[in-house]
Amino acid sequence: MDIQSCVEVCNEWDIVSARQLGRNMAKELGFGNVDQARITTAISELARNIYLYAGSGKICLEPVEQMGRKGLRIIAVDNGPGIRDIRKVMEDGYTTSGGLGAGLPGVKRLMDEFTIDSTIDSGTEILATKWLR
Amino acid sequence: MNAAIIDMILNKRTEIDELWSEEIADYKTTTSTITPYMREQLNKEFLSLLFNHISQGDISADGTLERFFDKVLRANMPLEYLTQGLQCFRRIVLEIITEEDIQKNAAFEIYREVDRWMDPILNSVVENSSRLWERTVSIQKSALLELSAPLIPVFQHISVMPLIGTIDTERAKLIMENLLEGVIQYRSQVVLIDITGVPVVDTMVAHHIIQAADAVRLLGSTCILVGIRPEIAQTIVSLGIDLSLFPTKSTLQKGMAKALEVTNQQIVNEK
Repeated sequence: MDIQSCVEVCNEWDIVSARQLGRNMAKELGFGNVDQARITTAISELARNIYLYAGSGKICLEPVEQMGRKGLRIIAVDNGPGIRDIRKVMEDGYTTSGGLGAGLPGVKRLMDEFTIDSTIDSGTEILATKWLR
Repeated sequence: MNAAIIDMILNKRTEIDELWSEEIADYKTTTSTITPYMREQLNKEFLSLLFNHISQGDISADGTLERFFDKVLRANMPLEYLTQGLQCFRRIVLEIITEEDIQKNAAFEIYREVDRWMDPILNSVVENSSRLWERTVSIQKSALLELSAPLIPVFQHISVMPLIGTIDTERAKLIMENLLEGVIQYRSQVVLIDITGVPVVDTMVAHHIIQAADAVRLLGSTCILVGIRPEIAQTIVSLGIDLSLFPTKSTLQKGMAKALEVTNQQIVNEK
């Protein structure tokens, strides 16, 4: 299964369409109500980060299968300024934009797997996966 | 316009008609539920319009073209139908004319002439549809703003603000303004913010709600957040958002009971 759907994120309304795509895919894969909400919220956070900090980027969603488990992977890619101190952004309450600073650590808690890869001045890539129970 | 060329095209009318109808019939659409008969009528009208354009002069200026566009778009036919129809017509006309035995220079002249007829139509197709599109978007945007965030006074000193749909930065600003103005105007002591209709509560939405509630607190009133669905409650906890600063209730009903209690009011059955 490598059907990937992508949404370009350049403005606030793209966040909504990314979210809707996520909700539909999660529903199709058989995720429950709560997990659907978790996935859409995570997509919302990641897409908003792209919009706020990188300006533009994209959110890709793909169904994954590993050792008999099914899941949904969110891939958030941007070519923005990158994250200077990853350990710090993963702390609760750290923010550079006056927000709550709960976004990235929140996404990590919402999803089952979370990896972040960022290079200064060249961009950030975040992978987050939720497994179907 | 060169009369000889016009004559040449008009003489070949039946031939062009046939070829064009054949090609445009191949054009399939999935968006429109138009019947084959209506489709045929539309094709005929399109073609006769194009011939009028050639024989009687520019149709993009006097509004006939606009009327036809409206008709096409109302029938839910896509824009491609028009552009493809035009391109196809241009191609067929050129093919047929160049089949005649003519000089290279004359052929070039004909190409230029045909381009000069077709371009204004194509331009106005694009212009019309983009204008239509822009208008739709702006209408919807203002419609969205209208249903944005009303503050409704329910009982004395108690108001409700039901939030429905996605909250973006613009709406968040509007929510804050309406909330604070309403609190003063209605002298509300308690404001219930109902988020039953908000599909996703992420950190930004939560942040805006917290800020709004904080501002209401500064005015001396209390904000109660109601309509938190179970899955939203779970995501809020996972995100680690602290909503302990103001009371929350699961439903508007419970929030209202609390609000009545705070304002020392009671609903009694009259016997």
